[in-house]
Amino acid sequence: MKPPPVVYHGPDTLEEAVRLMAEHGAEAKVLAGGQSLVPLLNMRLTAPARLVDVNRLDDLAYVHSDRHGVRVGALARHADLEHATHAFETIPLLRQAVRTVAHPTIRNRGTTVGSLVHADPCGEMPAVLALLDGEVVLRSERDGERTVPARDFFVGPMESACREDEIAVEAFFPRPAGRTGSDWRELSRRNGDYALCGVGTLVRVDDAGAVSAAKAAYIAMGPVPQVVDLTAAAADGDWSAAADHAAEQLDPEDDIHASAEYRRQLARVLTARSLRAAYEAVAP
Amino acid sequence: MSEKHVGRPLLRKEDPRLLRGDGRYLDDLGRHALAAAFVRSPVAHARITDIDVGDALDVEGLVAIYTHEDLPGRIAEPLPLLIPHPDLTHARTPYCLADGEVNHVGEAVVMVVATDRYLAEDAAERIQVTYQELPPVVGIDQARAAERLVHDEIPGNVAARSVQENGKGDAHEAIAAAPHRLTLDLAIERSASMPMEGKGVLAHWDADDRTLRVHTSTQTSTSVRLAVAAKLGLPPDRVEVIAPDVGGGFGVKIVHPWPEEILVPWAAMTLGRDVKWVEDRREHFISSAHERGQQQRIEVGFDGSGRLHGLSVEIWHDNGAYVPYGIIVPIVTSTQLLGPYKVGAYRVEFTSLYTNTVIVTPYRGAGRPQGVFAMERTMDAIAEHLGLDRLAVREANLIRPEEMPYDQGLVFQDGRPLIYDSGDYPTMMRMIRDLVGWDGFEAERAAAAAEGRRIGIGVAAYVEGTGMGPYEGAHVKVETTGEIVVSTGITTQGQGHYTTLAQIAADALGVGVGDVTVVTGDTRRFKYAVGTFASRAIVTSGNAVAVAAGKVAEKAKRIAAAALGGGVRAEELELADGVVRHRDDPARSIELRTVAVLSNPLRYAFDEAAKAATQFAAAVTAGDEPGLEATGYYMPERSTFAAGAHGVVVETDPETADIKILRYCVVHDCGVVVNPRIVEGQVHGGVAQGIGGALYERIVYDDAGQLVNASYMDFLIPFATEVPHIQTAHMVTASGVNPLGLKGAGEAGVIPTSAAVASAIEDAERDRAVVVRRMPISPSELYELRKGRVHV
Repeated sequence: MKPPPVVYHGPDTLEEAVRLMAEHGAEAKVLAGGQSLVPLLNMRLTAPARLVDVNRLDDLAYVHSDRHGVRVGALARHADLEHATHAFETIPLLRQAVRTVAHPTIRNRGTTVGSLVHADPCGEMPAVLALLDGEVVLRSERDGERTVPARDFFVGPMESACREDEIAVEAFFPRPAGRTGSDWRELSRRNGDYALCGVGTLVRVDDAGAVSAAKAAYIAMGPVPQVVDLTAAAADGDWSAAADHAAEQLDPEDDIHASAEYRRQLARVLTARSLRAAYEAVAP
Repeated sequence: MSEKHVGRPLLRKEDPRLLRGDGRYLDDLGRHALAAAFVRSPVAHARITDIDVGDALDVEGLVAIYTHEDLPGRIAEPLPLLIPHPDLTHARTPYCLADGEVNHVGEAVVMVVATDRYLAEDAAERIQVTYQELPPVVGIDQARAAERLVHDEIPGNVAARSVQENGKGDAHEAIAAAPHRLTLDLAIERSASMPMEGKGVLAHWDADDRTLRVHTSTQTSTSVRLAVAAKLGLPPDRVEVIAPDVGGGFGVKIVHPWPEEILVPWAAMTLGRDVKWVEDRREHFISSAHERGQQQRIEVGFDGSGRLHGLSVEIWHDNGAYVPYGIIVPIVTSTQLLGPYKVGAYRVEFTSLYTNTVIVTPYRGAGRPQGVFAMERTMDAIAEHLGLDRLAVREANLIRPEEMPYDQGLVFQDGRPLIYDSGDYPTMMRMIRDLVGWDGFEAERAAAAAEGRRIGIGVAAYVEGTGMGPYEGAHVKVETTGEIVVSTGITTQGQGHYTTLAQIAADALGVGVGDVTVVTGDTRRFKYAVGTFASRAIVTSGNAVAVAAGKVAEKAKRIAAAALGGGVRAEELELADGVVRHRDDPARSIELRTVAVLSNPLRYAFDEAAKAATQFAAAVTAGDEPGLEATGYYMPERSTFAAGAHGVVVETDPETADIKILRYCVVHDCGVVVNPRIVEGQVHGGVAQGIGGALYERIVYDDAGQLVNASYMDFLIPFATEVPHIQTAHMVTASGVNPLGLKGAGEAGVIPTSAAVASAIEDAERDRAVVVRRMPISPSELYELRKGRVHV
């Protein structure tokens, strides 16, 4: 469990990092928190010729909030997002979800933007970005900056729209409009494990308490984060019916920890519980 | 007399050092040693047709590459069969490096030595081995079907078939004649010891002294020493083996010699350089050892009160690709299955089967969890069948205290008769009934049900043979500084021996525990030992320490009597508070360390203390050997039997089938308790592993024989968050076998956990008629059981 030989680059500026990726992108990997990449290297499951370590780019270690939403820089750790009170006040879902990412020690190192680029279908933050209709800002020497919406960003399991020569520099999580409640919940074998099923929900209500919009996003239920619009299904507040509707849209797979059918059952149960909780958070 | 130390919950002496990071584990040693890495088979069953090392040769830092062809003499022969048995008729053991055939994923094929581990792995990655694949045998069903063979020349994949009967009549006849009969088919899946620290070996060859020094993360340094000496053709006197701090063993490190324990010393001798190998986690998964995997068929005959008339058990045991450790695990299952019960006529037959998977050797519990699962599932099935209370059925079958010692009529794993020396099982069951709240549970269940919650309760009991022979020894020495040094051959992997053995020595010598230093697992310090396994260390080594310390105390009194003069006799003296003093006149005393000085009559007065011991001053009794020290041994006549009962309350989510442990209670009897805090810690650790076996841990092989969850991401060991608070209650029935009255406690906690949890889950799910026949069980599997699908 020792990594193969690799050329290490430790750029001090974003410009330098972008230039390195322009030059070596095809054979390089960006190293940020290293919580997925380093184990893959140690197990020799991946063998990039070069590593571009962005950990000196302190300017990217930010979590900014305003009335539009929350901007998370490439070097912000999950723990930074988790503990940023302004981010929680702007979008409670961020803390609700990020605190279920693995364990505190992993959140202390792992970066939120890194987990988006990693695009693990079991990762929480890709689903949160998808649920909020967020976007990722990418930078390359060739194109400068471009912004990719979540629905285009997650291409497949462990595959994002970030090109070989690009570095993801920021994620933007927009603040949900109106009176919107949120909830995140998941069931995992052990505390901190990858979830057997995870669901995040947003429920918007009008002043009378009627549901005006509802949707859910799922992890571990498909190759990319699955977002299901439940506005019609949840309109009359029948959370179970809405959950049944959601579960029908999902196509989970068997693995050694759970059967596909059980995963669909979890989606059903967790969706109903989550919708209720999201609704109750904002119901008059 | 000063206050006794045995029985007190003293803090562990070793903890400050270990908690501060001052432990010295294998990988902390040999910083400048060469590093070894291994090319291991990526396939489960194949012939090796070619090994091409060409691409590896230009890796910078490469020192050597070895295949089986390079191994000389006895190193090229199969590893020893450590524990032969007459029923083990078809034993196969592995080679240090595969000789033309591989029989499981992970089997070592090529050894690479380089200047560091990175480079060794770089070279290993470039070595091309060509495999001609053979159909693999994976799982007990395939092994039983025997349509494919693991070893061509071994028919039916059967390593051993063994039958025992308890001499109380024909079991099948007794079952047939009983008023009620049941048949159960059960299974327990594979798990593994999984110590935090894997294996590791460091070897140093001193060419001038012609001495080999081996550090290895082992549970038996003395036996590794003899094995290495035999394989390498060295006189044992030229081989030193030391277990440094060891980060857990749980059984896997009692197996020896591992291929690496032979190859690394051999490479060090061959190369004239220090060589080190440290096992990584993936290697530990695919090339050390696993345990537990069994299928069982149980037939039982009983009367209307639930009393057993006859019990017949058939066991199919998966022993993996080789049997270097013999058939200890199924023997233990067969015999310890009986627990605290009288079962009438008993017949047990086991078949130990080869599969193309990692070898199976004892893991904490060592076959007992499977046996207890069989017995306790049977008790629950009887209660269900008769509509009786589950505890009442158990109580109807208990051995009574007045029947002790109780001969179960079988031969135990040590080859001695299975005779329970002492125990009070009715009291034990009464205690667990109270502790877990059995009698009030229906009210608790109703209250939970009113909130839409589903809870269940389960109990399971066990008896554990501990402290088996052949022997252990200890050397106790009083230094002239007053420090007591206790050297024992057993190894230690976290059991707290530095504290418990010090407590025993301190009581015998009238000193404080802080005055006693314990040395373990170093053959330079003590050469004769068996090892730490099978819940035997405190029983065997503890009694040996008492013997040796007792001899030292007697010698101290003899020397002190002569030194004190004035007609004082040795038998009037006692050891207390660091002095030897007159029992009736404590003012007449002499410090123990002064006695140590006097015990060594000197010619030369090199310091003030020595001056007291020169030939003109000393007061040594004629006939004594110099030095205030002694060696003592304890050889048990047979095992001593500990016991316990666990009670658990679980909640199962009606919708998600999530399983949560609400309450976990343990009643535990390990005879006289040396240190209740340490015993409690042992029980807690065991329960944590038991919960792993009940709800989480499962080694998964696919049809091709690939171990698909060979990492801590997918092999689920419970975290602190999955282990509930554990309530324990001790009872003490002193051992009738050894002088200190001790019984072992190392494995206890893990033994009945799966059985108790299965019982509680079934109870919580009784409205849905869920029947648990296999462990571990996951929420997904519980969900499938609710749907009426069989758990396979």
